[in-house]
This record gives sequence, structure tokens and C-alpha cells, in this order.
Amino acid sequence: MAEKKKTTKKTETKKQDVKKEAPVKQEVRKEAPAAAAKTVAAPGATAKQQPRIGVFICHCGTNIAGSMDIPDVQEYTKTISNVAYVDNYKYVCSMPGQSVIIKAIEDHKLTGVVVAACSPRLHEPTFRRATKEGGLNPFRFEMANIREQNSWVHMHDREGSTAKAKDAIRIAVAKASLLQDLFPKTVPVEKAAMVVGAGVAGMQAALDLAAAGIKTYLIESDMSIGGRMSQLDKTFPTLDCSQCILTPKMVDVGRSENIQLMTWSEVDAVEGFIGNFDVTVRKKARGVISMEEAEAKGIKGGGCNGCGDCEAPCPVVKPNEFEVGMKPRKAIYINHPQVVPLLYTIDFNSCIKCGLCVTACGEKKAIDLEAKDEFVKVKVGTVILATGYDIFPIEKKTEWGYKRFENVITSLEFERLICASGPTGGHLIRPSDGETPKRVAFVLCAGSRDNTGIGKPYCSRFCCMYSLKHAHQIYEKIPGVQSYLLYMDIRSFGKMYEEFYYRIQDEGAKFIRGRVANILEDEKTKNLHVYTDDTLLDRPIDLEVDLVVLAAAVEPKADTNRTRKLFGVSCSMDGWLLEAHPKLNPCGTTTAGVFLAGVCQGPKDIPDTVASAEGAASAASIPIHKGEVELEPYFAMCIDEKCAGCGMCVNLCPYSALALVEKDGRTVMEVTEAKCKGCGTCGGFCPGGAIWMNHFATPQVVAQIDAFLLGGEQ
Amino acid sequence: MADPEWKPKILGLVCNWCSYAGADLAGGGRIQYPPDVRIVRVMCTGRLDQLFVLKAFADGADGVLVSGCHFGDCHYLEGNYKAAKRMFMVKRLMKSIGLDDRRFRMTFVSASEGAKWGAVITDVAKTIKELGPSPIKEFGK
Repeated sequence: MAEKKKTTKKTETKKQDVKKEAPVKQEVRKEAPAAAAKTVAAPGATAKQQPRIGVFICHCGTNIAGSMDIPDVQEYTKTISNVAYVDNYKYVCSMPGQSVIIKAIEDHKLTGVVVAACSPRLHEPTFRRATKEGGLNPFRFEMANIREQNSWVHMHDREGSTAKAKDAIRIAVAKASLLQDLFPKTVPVEKAAMVVGAGVAGMQAALDLAAAGIKTYLIESDMSIGGRMSQLDKTFPTLDCSQCILTPKMVDVGRSENIQLMTWSEVDAVEGFIGNFDVTVRKKARGVISMEEAEAKGIKGGGCNGCGDCEAPCPVVKPNEFEVGMKPRKAIYINHPQVVPLLYTIDFNSCIKCGLCVTACGEKKAIDLEAKDEFVKVKVGTVILATGYDIFPIEKKTEWGYKRFENVITSLEFERLICASGPTGGHLIRPSDGETPKRVAFVLCAGSRDNTGIGKPYCSRFCCMYSLKHAHQIYEKIPGVQSYLLYMDIRSFGKMYEEFYYRIQDEGAKFIRGRVANILEDEKTKNLHVYTDDTLLDRPIDLEVDLVVLAAAVEPKADTNRTRKLFGVSCSMDGWLLEAHPKLNPCGTTTAGVFLAGVCQGPKDIPDTVASAEGAASAASIPIHKGEVELEPYFAMCIDEKCAGCGMCVNLCPYSALALVEKDGRTVMEVTEAKCKGCGTCGGFCPGGAIWMNHFATPQVVAQIDAFLLGGEQ
Repeated sequence: MADPEWKPKILGLVCNWCSYAGADLAGGGRIQYPPDVRIVRVMCTGRLDQLFVLKAFADGADGVLVSGCHFGDCHYLEGNYKAAKRMFMVKRLMKSIGLDDRRFRMTFVSASEGAKWGAVITDVAKTIKELGPSPIKEFGK
């Protein structure tokens, strides 16, 4: 209704006289800060004083100075109203550069600072600190972005970028002239953390947090912790047995007093902000209770002890996901012997509720076929996402015949087949006849570095190295075997990786540089013909082999998108979670208090994954150990005199931060500052202009618009 | 057709988390585009009053671009939906007063879409250059 009213009003104004609009707005501009000042009670009350803005233009070496005429920009800036001082410096962000600002604030009695340099997303905090050191409120600072959004994108248009820089500075000065003192609120930080995903990254992060004395909730959607690494046989380049180095960590996680492990659980809802996240965890119906749970229920000596008596009588047979479907499991099962926690789980999608398992379990009374999902609420200060990856469905590359030809397998299937605890006890076999293959082709970049639109454009980063490892493993296990690696480039960039590459060459692996065009099957022998070009010898190749292993690309875990939206984390175009800055803040995200570990951020091998997990744990522990965080004071405020109490804003607020209250006999809106995140959705809507958005107030934004469109001609 | 020497005045109102970050990424990637758009940053496109856009046109803007996060990606859950609703109204209003609604555009550019940002700006600049100076400017004289 209100929107409609407004439209009509607006249309009328338009019809009467378009030019009239400006004065009307300017009126608003004059009175709003005064009204707001009353509400904020800004100390120092500098509101009426004529603004004196200092502008500092950064050369950024030649990054900015190389694309625009800085002296011209500086001369122009002097003519902008309210500008009291202009200077330029080679690197304003450097210590001497910041000193220039600090000194100028004192010498020229500045009331506001504008730095024309890079993006505020990069250096706003730096210059706010300098502004504060100079004796001003840090929020009296505004940035004009003349690098990322100017000199770097108009490199060959000196005139255009110079004109744009002048406008950008004029816009920034207009805002700086109206900025007010703001005071960040400090909120306490809950002394607990959450890690989502318990692969090697999540486990390492949780162990580090726990070791630092922080209560950590470790959430895993699968029945066991361990993740992808627990599916691997050996790890490159040291050839450590994956389980041997992972299992002790898994046990540590299970035993740690500070880690509360929640397997077979998912994050269901997230509320709150850094320091105070309220996370609802859905504990999926497991159908089996642990010994602790049994004790709590008063069943003495009961609960699942992992004996496995329930498994044998279960009549349901399903493919085991952990073994990539190459081994059967029951409806009540553990997916491999080393699960942590050792607790059976019922797959309720396939359970027929015959009750045979309940009988087998007997007095332990561990099984409850009527179990329902439970929801648990936990409060944490910071969160680490370590959701990991899935294998790209390589059957989409139909030319390589995965799922059409029995003897074309993926590298993950190879890992299980070569692993002693795998479905074949570590004997590599051809799926078609169970024979030991004598000629094995490894197809690298299967779905990676693929610009056809079917595969992934990025490099999956660890396929080269594990394919080298696979070649080594077959030489170790199968006498007289011949391996072929069909590659585009071998990327062996890590510590001791290149040496490992040479070692595999010496062991007899044949390297053929060429992208595989297609693979065909000999229907009788089930052997495969791999067709490619040897681009080094410049000749076509038809290679007959017994087994083809596709080093399939990796992609973000299936539910990554859902999880990231719960935590408000962005993703890059290919779905990997986006870090705040790839170099300056690789573990952080744009949501304060949420950090990234491991492959969910992009393909990483195990050393890099563990390193990033330790980085994320360190970053996530900082606010917790500090005990408090500062929140940006961008919250909304109600200008009571203007508020008509319509309540439209109350429904718009995504955080339920607004409410209607009685004040002096009138109904007005009130903001709960702790809940407000400063999006301004209410302020953008309010038909009466009664909502003052700190730092992005209507008069400030309108002043920027006016400065751009009217200012230049004045 | 407009004078080739004419420089349009285009205002870009963008959100801090997606489009502004996308524009920064375009810079990092040195993606080149025409220097015709001036950016005003807000925390969320939900902050934008439709009057901001109308004010810009009243001030003589030749074009206005509003750019936020993709639907479902808003840093504040749903600010971009609310903005889109309001901005749709602006388009209808423009039509009703006889102002070509191609002068106003709302786009969705994420923090990882630097190349898309470049393409959007290039296209906006091209469209406005084809449309020529805003008739409101003439009307005001």
C-alpha cells in the first residue's frame, strides 16, 4: 500500500516539474543529520562546523600514476568545495604515507579524510586507523577507488581515467563532508567454535582449536570422520600409508575432551554473527545409540559397542559408498573397519524394519528402528567450513566410456582396489574378468582443464601426482606390468614432487603427451583402445591396454551450495568457496567469523589442505582468545519525529531487528542494535525517510549522487 | 545518434559484497572497459530507495545501473529481492513518464565475476551512447 502511495506522489511531482525535485531533497539533507545527531548524541558535536576535508591521492607506484594525470587531478581537487588540503604521495598506505595523513589532520584541522587510492575493500581499515591516529573519529574517512575501478581498467584511456578520478574524488568528498562520528560496538565472543566437515582439514582444524583450549563442535554428515583421505591407499610423494597417518588423528579427535563430535549430522540453520552464532544441527536418525546415550537412558551396559552382531542377519544388501560401490553392505552397517566413532548406522532409506537386527543386538538395546531426526542448538563464536570435494561425474565425458566399458575406472576406484583393506584385499583387478591387468593407461586431466563446457576449466592440482603414485604402486605390486601416463603437462610443483616424477620415469612408466580423443572397447577381450596424438613425436597413437584409470576432476561437495548459503559465504564461478582475499586473507571469508579450510576453497593436495586447516584454526581462535569483537556501527536508527509507525520496515527486516514501540504516546519503530547488520533494507524502503542508516544515510548517498551529476558543472 | 565526442553520465549504485567486489576483481584482472560509469557503494542494494535512481535522472543522469548479488547469494539474505522489486517499479514509472527504460538497468554480478562486470559496463555504456543524452537535461534548460 505504502509503496503505491509513494509512486503516485512521485508521478505527480514528475508531472509538475522535474526540477523541483532537487530542492525538496536538499531540504531533507539539511535536517536529517541534525535529527540524527540528536539520536546519536555525537560527542564533540561538530555537525554545524564547516567541513574541512583533506584529500590524499596515491600514485601506487605507477599502478595509478601510470594511467592518469595526477597533477591535473590534484589541481582539480583543490577547487572542490569543502576541500581544505590536497596532497599526493607515491604509496599512501606506507608508514610515511600514513604519517602525511596524520600530520595533515593536525596541521590543517581537518574534519574528514579522503584517500584516492585502491579499493576500500583492501585498505579502508588501514586508513581508518591513520585517521584515528590523527585524532579524528575513524569513520570520518572515505575512500575514492581510483585503482581497481579506474587505472587498472582504463589503462589506455588517460583522459577518461583522469576525468573519472576527478568525479570519484568529488563524490567521496561530498560523502566525507557529511560523515559523522561513529562508535563500533564491542560484543563478547562465545568461547566455542564449530568445524563443518571432518575430513583431514576439518579434523586438523578441530584438533588445533581443541589444543588451544577451545570447545569445538565437529560436524560430519557421514557416519565416520576421516573424509576422502581415509579412502586413499598411499600418499605422495612419501608413500606413507594414508590410513597409518590418518587413523591416529581420527582417534585423537574421538578422544579429545574439547571436541564434541557430531557425526551423521548436518547444519540445519544459522543465526547470529561473529562471536555469537546460533547454529541448529540436525542429527540425522541413526537408529543406533552409543554406550553413553544408553547409560543416559538408564540401559546398564547397553548401547552399541561395535560388535557387528546386527549386521549378519540384516537381509538388505546395498553397494557400499565408501568402496565406491565395489563392495556390498547391509542396511545396518559401518562402511569400513576404522570408523570413528565405532557406531553402527541404519540406512533408513533401504531398511525394511524387519527387526532381525534388534533381536541380534539383544540386551544391549542399542537399536531403535523408530528413531527420528533430532535438532540440537549450539552457540559458537567462530566457524570453519571444511566441506571438501566430490569426484566430477566423469561419465559426462562420454568419449572415455566410463560406466559403458567395464575396464574404465576412476582413480578413486583404483585407490580402493589397490588398498589392502579394499574390496579385493589390495589386488588390482580388471572389473570385467577379475584378471590382473598387465597394461594400464592413466588418463590425466580427465575433466580438468577442459574448456568444452562439459568438464572443469581449472586444474584439479593433485591428479598428476597421484597418477604418478598409482604408476609406482602397480610396479610395486604387479611384476612385468607396463604403465602409460597420457598427460597434457605434468604439474609436480611441491616439495620433493619433481624428484618423485623422475623416480617414476626411471621405474619404467611411459609418458605420452597428448589429450585422449576417445576410448573404444574390444567387445571380445574387453581390452581398451586408447586413441590419442603423441604431440611430442607428432603421430597418432592407438594404445591397447587392459585397464584405463581416469584421473577425474574434482568439484565442490554436493551440498556445498546449501551450506555456504546458511553461513552467507560467496563462491567463485566454479562453486569453490570464496576467500576474503587470496593472498591477504586466504582462510577468511567476507562473513566475519567464518573461515575456510581445505579443498572446499579450491583443489589442494594433503600438505596444502592441512596447512590451510591450521591457518583457519589459528584465524578462528583469534576472536575467541581476544574475547570480544568490534562490530561495524552501520546499524539503522529511527528518527522518531518522522516515523509514522506504519510498521512496514518491521516486516522487511531479515533479522527481526525492528519492532514497533510506544514512545511519548506515539507508535514508533525501534531498532535492536545487536541484531541489526546494517543492510539498510528498511532504510531503502521507509516512505517517510525516518530511518537513518549510519554511514550510508540518505543525505550522504544523495550528496554523492548530486556531487557526481550536479557538482561537476558548478 | 549521439555525438561521438559526447561523454555520457552514468551512475552505478552497487552493493559492497558482490558487485563492488566483482568490479575490484575486474581491476585485479586488468579487464578493460569504458570509463563512463561512476560508482556509489552501498552495503546492499536493499539499501537503495527508488528515489535515489529517480533523483539521479532528475539531476540529469543519462543512465543508471544498479548491481547486486545473484538471487540467493545476498550477504543479507534477501536485500537484492527487495531491491529488484523496487527497481522494477522504477522501470514502470520511467515508461509512464516517457523516459526510455533502457537508461536504467539492474544487474547481478557476483564477487567472482570480474569478466562479467566488464561486459556489463561495456554494454551499459554502449546502450546509453546509442540512446544519447537524457531528455530530462534538455527539459531542464
